[in-house]
Amino acid sequence: MEYTILILLLPLLSFLLIGLLGTRLKPVAAGAFGTTVTGIVAALSYWTAFRFFGAGRNADGIYATQIPWNMEWLPFGGNLQIDLGILLDPISVMMLVVISTVSFMVHIYSFGYMKGETGFQRYYSFLSLFTMSMLGLVVATNIFQMYIFWELVGVSSYLLIGFYYTKKEAVAASKKAFIVTRFADLGFLIGILIYGFYTGSFSFTPDASVIGTAKIFLPLALGLMFVGGAGKSAMFPLHIWLPDAMEGPTPVSALIHAATMVVAGVYLVARMFPLFIEYAPAVLHVTAYVGAFTALYAAVVACVQSDIKRVLAFSTISQIGFMIVALGVCTSADPHEGGLGYMASMFHLFTHAMFKALLFLGAGCIIHAVHSNEMSAMGGLRKYMPVTHITFLVACLAIAGIWPLSGFFSKDEILAACFNFSPVMGWVMTFIAGLTAFYMFRLYYSIFWGKENKELHAEHTPHEAPMTMTIPLIFLAAVTLAAGWIPFGEFVSSNGQAYHIHIDWAVAATSLCVAAAGIALATWMYLREDRRVADGLATRFSGLHRAAYRRFYIDEIYQFITHRIIFACISAPIAWFDRHVVDGFMNLQAWIAEKLSWAIKGMQSGYVQKYGIWFLGGALCLTIVLLLI
Amino acid sequence: MDYSAIFTYMYTEIALIAVIVAALLYDLIAGKRGRKAFHAFMCILMLLFIAGTIFPYHSETAEIFGGMYVYSPVAGIVKSVLAIGTLLVFLQSDSWLRREDTEFKRGEFYVLTLSTLLGMDFMISSGHFMMFFIGLELASVPMACLVALDKYRHNSAEAGAKYILSALFASGLMLYGISFFYGTTGTLYFDDMAAGINGSPLQIMAMVFFFTGLGFKISLVPFHLWTADTYEGAPTAVTSYLSVVSKAAAAFALMVVLIKVFGPMTEYWQTLLYIVIILSITVANLFAIRQKNMKRFLAFSSISQAGYIMLAVISGTPYGMTSLIFYALVYMVANMAAFGVISAVEQNSDGKVGMDDYNGLYRTNPKLAVIMMLALFSLAGIPPFAGFFSKFFIFTAAFEQGFHVLVFIALINTVISLYYYLLIVKAMFINKNDTPVATFRSDGSTRLSLLLCLAGIIVLGLASCIFDGINLYSFGI
Repeated sequence: MEYTILILLLPLLSFLLIGLLGTRLKPVAAGAFGTTVTGIVAALSYWTAFRFFGAGRNADGIYATQIPWNMEWLPFGGNLQIDLGILLDPISVMMLVVISTVSFMVHIYSFGYMKGETGFQRYYSFLSLFTMSMLGLVVATNIFQMYIFWELVGVSSYLLIGFYYTKKEAVAASKKAFIVTRFADLGFLIGILIYGFYTGSFSFTPDASVIGTAKIFLPLALGLMFVGGAGKSAMFPLHIWLPDAMEGPTPVSALIHAATMVVAGVYLVARMFPLFIEYAPAVLHVTAYVGAFTALYAAVVACVQSDIKRVLAFSTISQIGFMIVALGVCTSADPHEGGLGYMASMFHLFTHAMFKALLFLGAGCIIHAVHSNEMSAMGGLRKYMPVTHITFLVACLAIAGIWPLSGFFSKDEILAACFNFSPVMGWVMTFIAGLTAFYMFRLYYSIFWGKENKELHAEHTPHEAPMTMTIPLIFLAAVTLAAGWIPFGEFVSSNGQAYHIHIDWAVAATSLCVAAAGIALATWMYLREDRRVADGLATRFSGLHRAAYRRFYIDEIYQFITHRIIFACISAPIAWFDRHVVDGFMNLQAWIAEKLSWAIKGMQSGYVQKYGIWFLGGALCLTIVLLLI
Repeated sequence: MDYSAIFTYMYTEIALIAVIVAALLYDLIAGKRGRKAFHAFMCILMLLFIAGTIFPYHSETAEIFGGMYVYSPVAGIVKSVLAIGTLLVFLQSDSWLRREDTEFKRGEFYVLTLSTLLGMDFMISSGHFMMFFIGLELASVPMACLVALDKYRHNSAEAGAKYILSALFASGLMLYGISFFYGTTGTLYFDDMAAGINGSPLQIMAMVFFFTGLGFKISLVPFHLWTADTYEGAPTAVTSYLSVVSKAAAAFALMVVLIKVFGPMTEYWQTLLYIVIILSITVANLFAIRQKNMKRFLAFSSISQAGYIMLAVISGTPYGMTSLIFYALVYMVANMAAFGVISAVEQNSDGKVGMDDYNGLYRTNPKLAVIMMLALFSLAGIPPFAGFFSKFFIFTAAFEQGFHVLVFIALINTVISLYYYLLIVKAMFINKNDTPVATFRSDGSTRLSLLLCLAGIIVLGLASCIFDGINLYSFGI
């Protein structure tokens, strides 16, 4: 399967070509090229998946990991070396399919959405760069290669968030995203270094003999790696960049900040899962608590936001929380005994990528139609945009966990895993699932039903999006409808053995009831034009409402810590020292060099006879020096 | 003796002689139309020559002509590097040679250049001081003609005169030193002489004298004074040849002789190099800061680069030898790129070589400006360009042998060098100019050479196989 290297090389080529040719390429040509390449990559990914799973299980009953391509890149002496290669195993193949599908859809969609924007070519070249980086991240053969692509993903995300670089908010958001994730990546890097130092390897699956001595440091290393994962996956308290990242073009939000990049942290934990479960189960459970808290926090905040992309952003944070929880509640590698969460998490990652991309792309259509992100500009849009309406509804039902849509199946597995771990965790997550249903339908009703903003719509009648935008919606909606029926456990499970998904009807019934209750509540509060109940609640609990709306002041706390404490008390004195003492020393050096340079000017006189004297004199002086010592 | 050994081991030199003869004949026979294709003919010939000799055919060392000539794989690698450098010079020289006043000297240029290359090849493969000296002179004398090739231009004639006078002086001192060695040891063979080396005061003086001959070629302080004048006056293509190929050959030959012959005097020549390195890097940097002419500026930059190369020599290890060859290769592509740009600008703007003329170059010729910037970055040793890695290896080689202070001084000097390299970048990108160099399109072969150099600047450092490949041969010197 050597051809898999093309999956990385083609997007790289497309990035270089579109990037270097720039505006010399016609926008349509750039878009068509990028889209074709991504289409080919998607086809290759499907073919890879087909071949990989089609090859069948080996004698141990698992799909054997394959490394079709590998190169020793940087040897460090000893056993420690960094390889670059391609690793195929069930989760990486699954990710290949997810990423290339969503990326392909976004490429097609952007044709309509970005039409006429300046920098269209730049946009497509960055999309290709991102696709390449993300694909490279998932097929990494070792933790260091993963880190390299991890950072590349960070860079391309930065570039795409700040795509509208003349807009102040976009620039601020891109910087914020980059700095926050970079800060978290520091943890990741330190974790990698500790790991490499003590185990003498960057491999995902080091020999047990090597680990023997490094056992005590593994929890620390894995914990630090999780910090990096938490940064990318926007876990509390490192989530602050994701809502702001919505300043980027909406298709970018769909690709990066909903379906692919943000799940990198989940993927990281899944990748290191064998080590977590064997050597650091306590750390794994900590991640579960972090994930659960994040899920709850984000769900509460999502209930009161007024910008539709922000609602979706917080919903993403909350759903990633679900995936992390599912991984964190695992207690063994056997899916039948406490290892169910692994499969559930990956399943949810898969289904969530599809329906969340759908939601974002739908939101993009809506924003395209009304030229605003605010719910107040919407309402009653179902008449104007039937395709968007139906597909959005499908996605909302899926995320709420309604049978028979894909979200139901994956969420059900997560809840079952949580109940296995502890009833408290199970109930908390069920409650959050209910909240999810509530805020998603609040969003849905506010956009498509409720009170129409007639003034605005009279001025500029909303219209259905063009074909290039609706086709991806329909495709993703179809996937969302069908994905739940995939026997996911047959392909991915915590120990690689086949696992037959069986629905735990007690859990399923509970979660369906809770979801239905959430939807009913939202229907009652937001369906009609008159929103007396909602407004009444908002005024009655105005303090709580405002706090939630301001995201519980987390950003302000960060602002206070960085500006008042770090900048004022630490950075300012260091800056003074740098400007006066360090620079002063450097200036002194420069001054000395300048003076010396003038002083020895006479040496280069231009008279060849004087050169001869220097020549001979120099030789004699050197001889004398050598003789004296 | 078995003459087949000549063809088995001396294949590079034999092939080179064939190329020279071909060039001579072509120059004689070719008609008007044939001369138009002279350039292409020579480039293809060189390409064939390189293709045939780039990898050493034998993995063991061998002596022929009773030990006068020593074949070693690592010398073969160095010869390939030199040949590639020569090809790059040929590629860059076309637009200059196309000028009316130099057109008829085209053949001379090729033959003279290749003769110096032949001299260098003999020099680095010699096992006997006589052979060594002949090689050195074969490399020097045609070089003086090359420098003075624009003989009706005052600058060029003056540069040639200065070069040949300094070269004579250096050769004289060197011969004097060699004669002392002959007197004290009774032999001129490298292998036999090592046994008679005992570090007596006379031999110390003789070694310093010998060193001056090569110090002149490599242009180390205080034997460097001719450099700036000659570089400025010589035709740019010759300058770039002089600054790269000639230097690399001499540095390698120096290292071989120091290790092979003067092994028993290691501490002496290490001290000698220690002083010379510090002097070269520092003095050259101090001079480079104030230059206003691009060619003079690069002359001083090349002196300081020579100082860095000596860091590899001072280590005296196989690793040092690998890093020397690698450094030479990397330095070659970066310097050739810089000179290629200078040459292109000079040919297309009526001889503009002042630093002020480069103000605003980015506006009118962005591609050249970017290539120049990358070349300077590589020369300054900024990652991720090849220059960073080559400096890194050189510093490692010296550091491993305990020259900590020396490496530290060299490191400080890289900071100073960064200042003047960036001055040019600033001129090209930031400074304003009312009369910038007009936009032009340089000829195809210059563009090809610049492209090759650019590829080298980016790829050489990142592709670890190249360093490892050289390392494979770095033994048995």
